[in-house]
Amino acid sequence: MDGTAAALPVRRPDPAVAVISMAGDITGASEGPLMAAYTQADGPGTRAVLLDFGPLGYMNSSGIGLLVTMLVRANRQHQRLLAFGLNDHYRQILSLTRLDEAIQVHPDETSALAAASGRGTGR
Amino acid sequence: MTAPQTPPLPKPSLASETAETPETPEPGAARPTTAPARQEGTWAAPVERLDGSRLPAGAINLAGRRPTSPIQGFGQLWQKTFRVQLPGAATTPAQVIAAWKEHYGEFWPAGNRFSAPLTGLAPGEVGVIRSAQGPMQLSTGVLVLYADDESFTFMTPEGHPFAGWITFSASAEGDAPVAAQVQALIRASDPIYEVMFKLGFGKVEDQMWVHTLTQLAAYFGVHGQSVETSITCVDRRRQWAHAGNVWQNAGIRSSIHTVGAPVRFLARPFRRHA
Repeated sequence: MDGTAAALPVRRPDPAVAVISMAGDITGASEGPLMAAYTQADGPGTRAVLLDFGPLGYMNSSGIGLLVTMLVRANRQHQRLLAFGLNDHYRQILSLTRLDEAIQVHPDETSALAAASGRGTGR
Repeated sequence: MTAPQTPPLPKPSLASETAETPETPEPGAARPTTAPARQEGTWAAPVERLDGSRLPAGAINLAGRRPTSPIQGFGQLWQKTFRVQLPGAATTPAQVIAAWKEHYGEFWPAGNRFSAPLTGLAPGEVGVIRSAQGPMQLSTGVLVLYADDESFTFMTPEGHPFAGWITFSASAEGDAPVAAQVQALIRASDPIYEVMFKLGFGKVEDQMWVHTLTQLAAYFGVHGQSVETSITCVDRRRQWAHAGNVWQNAGIRSSIHTVGAPVRFLARPFRRHA
């Protein structure tokens, strides 16, 4: 159950939207960096948090568990959690684990941003 | 159950031999690549509902049930972690997990039976659970969601007392001895189970994992080692939108099935056989 625990970059393409880059391995060892990234993303006025899975290397079941914890935190703040950049494999994992019923999945950042700002829906 | 002197080494996985750095994708774009070798075979294939044709005879409350995550449950969300160290055991995390998979049900307390699939606890397989807690009979199961050399994860189906995942893992950090861990991320599936957990069933469940880890440690010749426990309420809110899960409650359905057994027995001669 190894995994990198490097900091996860956070950027803000819109004042109400933060994007967390799910870079490297997301495993149980990623709890600190992932929650630190969420804390950084959770600024005043944040209405949606986007998870960019494009740079993801590997994610195991403990990593999936961390997404649930992050989802709970986001719900508590009345924020939406969206995902984009998933390859076919991890799109299937989110479907298998039924996380895609709570985390809206988009093919790319453009459509995720549009959905986050209410300009689109889509999956 | 006897402790082996030298537990057999599991076959090294192809994944660990061929781990590779993933390609760098275009910024913000999905990667239409196949999964890297490191991921192959560790996750279950997509499954909408459990396939009844692959279940052992007599398994009830499983066919056609959907696997559930903590999101589909009703009760408060709990993260429960149980951990035991194995000082002095000449073993590796991979050996611990191999033994745990092979003898999974043998480490459970009396009154609980786990029937592993013939092919072992591999991703996508379903294990059958039969449990008796006092007057309550429970027949349900788990889907093996994920399995690698050092961990495996169960996902519960509709009707199971919990909605969520339970991950079993082993690790060795630095000079510390190998440690085995159970971590559950679960909600009670429906209001009846939630009440039962508040009335003490939750503690019974906790004791079951302590017992399991104690037995696992004993298998590796480690005795008297305490099990560290950490229980955190991740979400205090109950999800009333999922209160209807009670319709699938495996405890109620198992009890009805048990009560109906004499009627089914008497009706057997009158059934039409194909």
